[in-house]
Amino acid sequence: MSENFAVVTERLVKRFGDFVAVDHVSLEVEKGEIFGFLGPNGAGKSTTIRMLCGLLTPTEGRGSVNGLDIATQPEEIRRVIGYMSQKFSLYDDLTAEENIDFFAGMYGVPRDQRPERKRYVLEMANLSERRGALTCTLSGGWKQRLALGCAILHDPPVLFLDEPTSGVDPIARQAFWELIRQFSKTGHTVFVSTHYMDEAEYCHRLALMYRGKVIALGTPQELKQSLTSQQLFRLETADPLATMRALEGDGNIHSAVFGGGLHVAVAGGDRAEDRIRQKLAAQSIEVRRLEKIEPTMEDVFVATIEEEERKAA
Amino acid sequence: MSYRRLRAVFVKELHHITRDRLSLAMALATPLMFLLLFGYALSLDVDRIPTLVYDRDQTPQSRDLIRQFEGSRYFQVRRYVDHYSAIEHDINRSRVLMALVIPPDYSSNIAAGRRAAIQIILDGSDSNTASIALGYVQGLMRSYAVAPEVVDIRRGQMPSPPVDARLRVLYNSSLESKNYVVPGLIAVILQIIAALLTSLTIAREWETGAMEQLLSTPLRPAEMVLGKMFAYFAIGLADATIAVVVGLLIFQVPFRGSAVLMAVSTCIFLFGALFWGIFVSAATRNQLQAYQLGILSSFLPSFLLSGFVYSIENMPRAIQAITYIVPSRYAMTILKGVFLKGVGIDVLWGEFLFLALYATAVFFLAVRKLNQKIA
Repeated sequence: MSENFAVVTERLVKRFGDFVAVDHVSLEVEKGEIFGFLGPNGAGKSTTIRMLCGLLTPTEGRGSVNGLDIATQPEEIRRVIGYMSQKFSLYDDLTAEENIDFFAGMYGVPRDQRPERKRYVLEMANLSERRGALTCTLSGGWKQRLALGCAILHDPPVLFLDEPTSGVDPIARQAFWELIRQFSKTGHTVFVSTHYMDEAEYCHRLALMYRGKVIALGTPQELKQSLTSQQLFRLETADPLATMRALEGDGNIHSAVFGGGLHVAVAGGDRAEDRIRQKLAAQSIEVRRLEKIEPTMEDVFVATIEEEERKAA
Repeated sequence: MSYRRLRAVFVKELHHITRDRLSLAMALATPLMFLLLFGYALSLDVDRIPTLVYDRDQTPQSRDLIRQFEGSRYFQVRRYVDHYSAIEHDINRSRVLMALVIPPDYSSNIAAGRRAAIQIILDGSDSNTASIALGYVQGLMRSYAVAPEVVDIRRGQMPSPPVDARLRVLYNSSLESKNYVVPGLIAVILQIIAALLTSLTIAREWETGAMEQLLSTPLRPAEMVLGKMFAYFAIGLADATIAVVVGLLIFQVPFRGSAVLMAVSTCIFLFGALFWGIFVSAATRNQLQAYQLGILSSFLPSFLLSGFVYSIENMPRAIQAITYIVPSRYAMTILKGVFLKGVGIDVLWGEFLFLALYATAVFFLAVRKLNQKIA
């Protein structure tokens, strides 16, 4: 069954004592897909990835990577995956080239392929000129690309990236995602976690994770369309907090702080804008700006989480 | 086990070592500092004992006795006093260690053929030196008392059967402490340096998060342990060479045995000591803890339980039993044997075997610990 899928999990559970870090997660990631794992810190994204990489043993459930069972074949899995952990990128006191050589040794890149792979990585990271520079002198974006290069030296069919872009500037982030997209075009599967909602748009499919559970799954477009039962408005007033209080109490209206203003979701379609204006007028709050907008991934996320919490309550 | 991965770890560690110039300099300077400090300060020879003289007899006989003390290299007469309180005063301030008091009836007793007594006052707060000083006094008095006996023989009396003890000291004939301090010190130094070098190495991988990355690769614990060990072995070997050269050139310690035997046994001892540091590092996950535990577990046993400072024969039985698992005890026996006695593998094979077994055991222990921590 797992032949066509790069990553499969079935009701995967990880408990640390009483704490359930990953709660019955079932996923299927197709080969060549960029699969995004979205969620706040502590949602269980890293724990899931670490189980898939064979770094943690699942408490319950099953999983496979490239057809290999994560519980019984972790050694084999290590040969077919690349992994970039959240915390570590590279050895700072080694040069770019020495880092590449080290990881080429770790992954057992055949000797005759090494020069070519090394050149590929150096070009990809745009570091051909600075191959002899100590890694600690490289900027965040460069380091990130070099770390990515080191993780794919052995041309792994599946690549796991755990928050690869945290702490990197927006332009470098964009360049990084361009590399990931190229990598996936050549048939490689990329499993990436992030808490940057805007990065979700780069993924083919997404899983929203919250408190150990996958609460939504689909393409970015599908997830946004799931919000069509609602209309979304951008609202600006003098006092956002008072505005939020004024809009409380109506089960069909939900608001959240967003930038300098509010995003207000209204369920039930008809005359949504009028309903907002009426409510605010009743509290004599002046509306500076009210406009209908397309939902972003963050809106989807907020709406899904709120629904999840309502269900739990 | 993959030779490629082992080699990659080895090369990477060498890069770490050579990039960190300060640590490298310290690692190479430490044996020199240890040898110079301990080699000179840890002299266990007692001589030129500062001495006071209180001559209450003031006769040619008493002055002759004092000359015996002045002429000995073991005593140094600081000054003459005329009151007991002056002796107490100087001993309390640690200006002198000993006082010689000649009673007023000393010469009259000798003249009358009676036993003449003298009084020796010692600072017992340093009991070790005090008992050595007492031994010197007794030796001096014995030789001083020989002359009257000869006179007795001339008078035709039967002397008590003379026991003529002639001492022959083997191997360290001048009984200089540096000759056994330096070889022992080399073992202590290597044990400490090895633990210092390696104790941080795996803890650092955990702290930087590199371990997580390494674990996602096919690297196996045994390859990591061996790769790291061989990298630090290079420094350990340099340290050993420095220590031996300093011992031979600066301290002029005799070298009577086989250089090959010493080189091989030093390597095996280093393997064990380095694996121990790696084991400590794998067990703690934290650089500070690893460092402290590494120092403690290498310095204390090798200094106190190896027979380096305190002889094992005089220890309580329970402690003696512990010394059997202290590797530097065996390294010390080998080093002293090779340096001073010139004995070979036919005598030292037991110690040799222990060090080899110890290194193997600690290697497996380190790999197991790492496996445990990973799971």
